[in-house]
Amino acid sequence: MVNQSKGLRILSHLTLIFGVVISIGPLLFALIAASNPVTGFANGAPVWFGDQLWVNFSAAWERGDFGRQLFNSTVVSLVLVVGKCFLATMTAFSITYFKWPGKNIVFWVVLLTLMLPLEVRIIPSYDIAANVFGPLQFLADATGLTYLLNKILHTEVNLNLSLLDSYVGLTLPLMATVTGTFLFRQFYLTVPDALVDAAKLDGAGPLRFFLDILLPLSKVNIAALATISFIFGWNQYLWPLLITTDPNMKTAVIGLQAMIPGPDDLPLWNQAMAATLIVVTPPVAVVLLLQKWFVKGLISSEG
Amino acid sequence: MRFWGKASNRNPVNEKAGFSKRGRAALMFALPQLLILLLFFYWPASQAVQSSFTLQSPFGGSTRFVGLMVFERLLTDPEYYRSIYITVTFVFLSTLISILLGLLFAVAADDALRGSKTYRTAIIWPYAVAAPVAATTFQFLFDPFTGLAAIVNNIWPGFWNPYIDGTNAFWMIVVVAAWQHISYNFLFILAGLRAIPNTLFEAAAVDGAGAFRRFYTITLPLLTPTFFFIVIMNIASNFTNSFGIVNVMTEGGPGGATNLMAYKIYADGFIGLNLSSSSAQSIILMLIMIAITVLQFRFVEHRINYKV
Repeated sequence: MVNQSKGLRILSHLTLIFGVVISIGPLLFALIAASNPVTGFANGAPVWFGDQLWVNFSAAWERGDFGRQLFNSTVVSLVLVVGKCFLATMTAFSITYFKWPGKNIVFWVVLLTLMLPLEVRIIPSYDIAANVFGPLQFLADATGLTYLLNKILHTEVNLNLSLLDSYVGLTLPLMATVTGTFLFRQFYLTVPDALVDAAKLDGAGPLRFFLDILLPLSKVNIAALATISFIFGWNQYLWPLLITTDPNMKTAVIGLQAMIPGPDDLPLWNQAMAATLIVVTPPVAVVLLLQKWFVKGLISSEG
Repeated sequence: MRFWGKASNRNPVNEKAGFSKRGRAALMFALPQLLILLLFFYWPASQAVQSSFTLQSPFGGSTRFVGLMVFERLLTDPEYYRSIYITVTFVFLSTLISILLGLLFAVAADDALRGSKTYRTAIIWPYAVAAPVAATTFQFLFDPFTGLAAIVNNIWPGFWNPYIDGTNAFWMIVVVAAWQHISYNFLFILAGLRAIPNTLFEAAAVDGAGAFRRFYTITLPLLTPTFFFIVIMNIASNFTNSFGIVNVMTEGGPGGATNLMAYKIYADGFIGLNLSSSSAQSIILMLIMIAITVLQFRFVEHRINYKV
């Protein structure tokens, strides 16, 4: 680096300390709040630590039923991690290593889903979760198949399978991954062509090449996609909010909302902040402990 | 260097050695994701388009094709324009604040070599915090009676109350959205800075350019592609991700002051059961997302063709 004046360097450090205050500050005040008794909030938030941390944590844990919810969040996140890695590696393989007519179609079908975030298709997505056979039923009705079967068999054709309040419903609709697919596509393009040529000479088919050669080479990228998928899964909000009504199927991020005291309630912010800390701990741990993979996943999949 | 270079006009699907005449195998590999996309993305999106042209009773049963009537109603509704105005202002302010802070911290981190890893860790962790969770924490900090804001209110009574003051509530959600994106912007700008060859700075220093001069003439111009990219990503995210913040903190209130488009789609459709209007609003937000995505494509193509 170019030599720099001492003043400038001090300015940089001051700026960074300001940055750290901004990013850690809210967490710190949450921790202070979580350590105080409810009486500490009478004249505004407490500004120093109390001795009730453990009391508030266990009260929040009980009241919010976080044992169950953390379990649900963990299941959902891990299923999404595995699912996204599978789908991304496979789809990318299909559009990178094959010359076939569908190549461009698949490429664009995946890419264009960037335009369709959940927020623009809330109601119909809920309808699909309420009955995943909806499209089939629609086709059967539209083609007159329902009518025909009704005439022949004298039974009502009614295809119905609900994913509401289920782990499948919480995960399957979120499993597709545009960024993951392109992360792997980009990586595959850098894998030397000699490898696939050698594999073909040795008589290996696509599946063999994929499993025995490509996947082992992809370990770093799989780790990167896994970390960002875990955070993605853990932090889902709108979708679980829509499709879960059973308290036993709620995820931690959803359950947290029930802990917020309203303007007229007893200000149990101590428990609400304890609950917040419980909910953020797993994804924060992933970011901190797996920082290398996380940064790689973020930069190379979205950048 | 990821974002550099001219957009290529060749087909984005590059040629690579691979398997030919194995179309069925290729399809098998793509099929799982294709099925999920068709079932959970394209089908619902097509349904949203369809239902925006019909009127339907909220409890199922009758639907009636009404052409553009739902859109006409929506586009003559001042409430809807207000929602668009609020959303655009919200997106603009939170994006601006977040990118400026991200830039400030990234430049400082790139400069302060010692300890920059520790700083980086401390600044990126908020990426792990979901919007509704960040909203919960800030709801507490901004609570006018029992939060940190109460301390200000004790000195100037009635200074801050987002529960009844629309402007307060609006700034509150802007701050949360900006806070949430700082880590993302910081990471990308830092990566952009690290990609600038040191020799450029050295040459400029030899020519007698000072630190600020170097920043304006080298750093900022070379960061332009990075900026363009993160501006688009921030805008896209703020249009949609804001739902969690609003739903936790304000539920669109007080008096509709924080009724962002993404929240209004949910509230009108899922709570108000006005399915047609909600679908029409979805379509309009979808058009906005399409416009944003088209801009994004430039960069998607870059990252495909110009791998580091």
